[in-house]
Amino acid sequence: MSQKVIPIQPIPPSGEPPQTQSLYEAQKKIYPRSVSGLFARWRWVFVWLTQLVFYGLPWLPWATEAGARQAVLFDLAARRFYLFGYVLYPQDFIYLTALLVISALSLFLFTAVAGRLWCGFTCPQTVYTEIFLWIERKVEGDRQRRMKLDAGGFSAAKLGKKSLKHFLWIALALWTGFTFVGYFTPVRELGSEMLAGRMGSWEVFWVLFYGFATYGNAGFLREQVCKYMCPYARFQAAMFDKDTLIVSYDAGRGEPRGSRGRQADFAAQGLGSCVDCTLCVQVCPTGIDIRQGLQYECISCAACVDVCDSVMDKMNYPRGLIRFTTQNALNGQGAGRDVLRTILRPRVLVYTTILAALSLGLAIHLATRTPLKVDVIRDRAALSRIVAGGKLENVYRLQLMNATEETQHYRIGAEGLAGLELASDGEVSIGPAEARWVAVRVQIPYGSAAPGSHTIHFTVESRGGDAHVREKSVFLVPR
Amino acid sequence: MSDFTGNFWSVYVAGITLAGIIGCLVLLWLTARKKVASTTDNTTGHVWDEDLTEMNNPMPRWWMWLFVLTVIFSLLYLVAYPGLGTYQGKLDWSSKSEYEKEVKRANEALAPLYAQFTARKAEEVAGDPQAMAIGERLFMNNCAQCHGSDARGSKGFPNLADGDWLHGGSPAKIAESIKAGRVGVMPPMAAAVGGSDDVKNVAHYVLSLSNSPHDSLRAQLGKSKFGACAACHGADGKGNAALGAPNLADDTWLHGWGEQAIVNIVTSGKTNSMPAQEGKLTDAQIHVLASYVWGLSNKPAQAKP
Repeated sequence: MSQKVIPIQPIPPSGEPPQTQSLYEAQKKIYPRSVSGLFARWRWVFVWLTQLVFYGLPWLPWATEAGARQAVLFDLAARRFYLFGYVLYPQDFIYLTALLVISALSLFLFTAVAGRLWCGFTCPQTVYTEIFLWIERKVEGDRQRRMKLDAGGFSAAKLGKKSLKHFLWIALALWTGFTFVGYFTPVRELGSEMLAGRMGSWEVFWVLFYGFATYGNAGFLREQVCKYMCPYARFQAAMFDKDTLIVSYDAGRGEPRGSRGRQADFAAQGLGSCVDCTLCVQVCPTGIDIRQGLQYECISCAACVDVCDSVMDKMNYPRGLIRFTTQNALNGQGAGRDVLRTILRPRVLVYTTILAALSLGLAIHLATRTPLKVDVIRDRAALSRIVAGGKLENVYRLQLMNATEETQHYRIGAEGLAGLELASDGEVSIGPAEARWVAVRVQIPYGSAAPGSHTIHFTVESRGGDAHVREKSVFLVPR
Repeated sequence: MSDFTGNFWSVYVAGITLAGIIGCLVLLWLTARKKVASTTDNTTGHVWDEDLTEMNNPMPRWWMWLFVLTVIFSLLYLVAYPGLGTYQGKLDWSSKSEYEKEVKRANEALAPLYAQFTARKAEEVAGDPQAMAIGERLFMNNCAQCHGSDARGSKGFPNLADGDWLHGGSPAKIAESIKAGRVGVMPPMAAAVGGSDDVKNVAHYVLSLSNSPHDSLRAQLGKSKFGACAACHGADGKGNAALGAPNLADDTWLHGWGEQAIVNIVTSGKTNSMPAQEGKLTDAQIHVLASYVWGLSNKPAQAKP
């Protein structure tokens, strides 16, 4: 087996006549071999971290004056989003936008520096696949036994193992769906509703739907999501350059590959360090051969790094035949030691600057946020009217949105025209996290302003004085 | 659709829809196989940017079956629901009946909530904060378009938040107005009153009834002509709720204040109408709404839990 293959080389067509071939092919099932090592341990650290947050967060209580509530709850029905101490309204979607932009930029930055670490360690697709694979391995055994089990005929033992596996998968998937719905409807009530068997039909739908998606994605689709569906896999190459960390096989050191005795002097046999054990192919969750060079299917999970290192240890060779490295380092430029040059690239600096500015802006905006929102809408029926006492009156509807969890007393005022005054009660009390429409009448003495539209401002102030909002509107004076 | 266009367009639309679906299947069939240059290393032979090669990796086959499934789904959908010209679909679905079903379902779901209000008198319901919150929303959706969001009306649309009522201000009368609507007719009275000068005099007399600024000489002259108006508005001009005739002796001016406004309405008359809400609102909703409107100008009785 000393066949020579050089990775990433343009290979012209062989010149044989074109053949007709199906564009769709039956999928070959991948049986990733289990792997242990530094990166496998890191992956499990991230599995635990992400899943503790996901499964745990809905159960976290948050104390308020009105009593404890769920710390994180996106109450779609009431259109209130509770995030620890914050009560957000749909009008606060700008924060979500900022958060999404920050997430996207973080991904860009991360990818430019360290490649697809997101994919290999924290992407839900990877994390759930990892958990499901763990269950599969516990029930059916590792690679060889699973392949044998699937290849073998029907037996009671096979039925038992398969049933147990699917039962555990479905239980976990349903729990995941339940947790997901728990972010949108109070999870404790949802739990007691479920136990009493009277969950709402939409809640049942989403638990089943999200559960089904988890079961299907982590149990069956697995690497196909990364290969055929994930958009990030398609454009991540645009963020790569030759200083980006990638999982790579050191062809210069490994080739020509070939099997040999442990004590043999492989250099004398004309061989490189690669013993051609194909373990790196067997552990790959996307089923690629990393020795063929960087491929878009590679999710940087570093399973091949772990397994190759273990082989190198057995052979008493230095580690790192497959390792995280950069294209430039592989080519002998910078020799992998010039970390500063690798990190401080214009692309990385630009991403970092924009990301820092956005994060800072979001933090400042959130910290100095006024816990009151006011929408002013002119009355749609009466443009303007003359009332007793020779006054000209305009009617407005003010929506006061209390973004605190205490009852607030607000004073409404109007300014911007001579003699402008409120004809209705300007004192309003709004309950915790309540939004209410208040009809407000504003008058000026008849004839004190020219016909036409005049800009006025409404001011709303909380009694404590910690919230002050000024909103623009217009006052109409008829001809 | 065929009511006014004939059958042609129905067939035309159905034809395009079905041809499109069949076309998708044919396209899928034709493109599922492709001639590729065979290479020994499973690449397509494309090389660009010096060393990037394209692997020849066919899509998974289940992907193709998903396409086929969507086509089957679309055909089943077109059998069940209207989508082919004038064909109504096996389920006999229509947006109108769906809407009516939803309204019925919502009303049934809300019936227990409304039952606690209909069991009580309007004066009590007006003191219930929950009922008033519901009443406010009903008002905003059904009444505010004319009467304003503060219920104080405008020219031609009565103020519901004062103590002045054209047809009586008891909760029962308000509910009656909401349910059946009202038509207020002021006939043109210029001929009955006399010449245009007489109309002017009557206008000043009417203004004098409420001590509004007026010409007292003209008011004196107009008083004798007011007889024509007294049939509806009463001899003292205080109106008649049974006829819906406004009180002219207060300072509420539904159709505008001042000599010119009164002259106009005496000369031309006016028909004002409040549309009936029966059929649009349920009896229980009208009860809550009437209580809300009554509560705007009256101090409600303390609600009993």
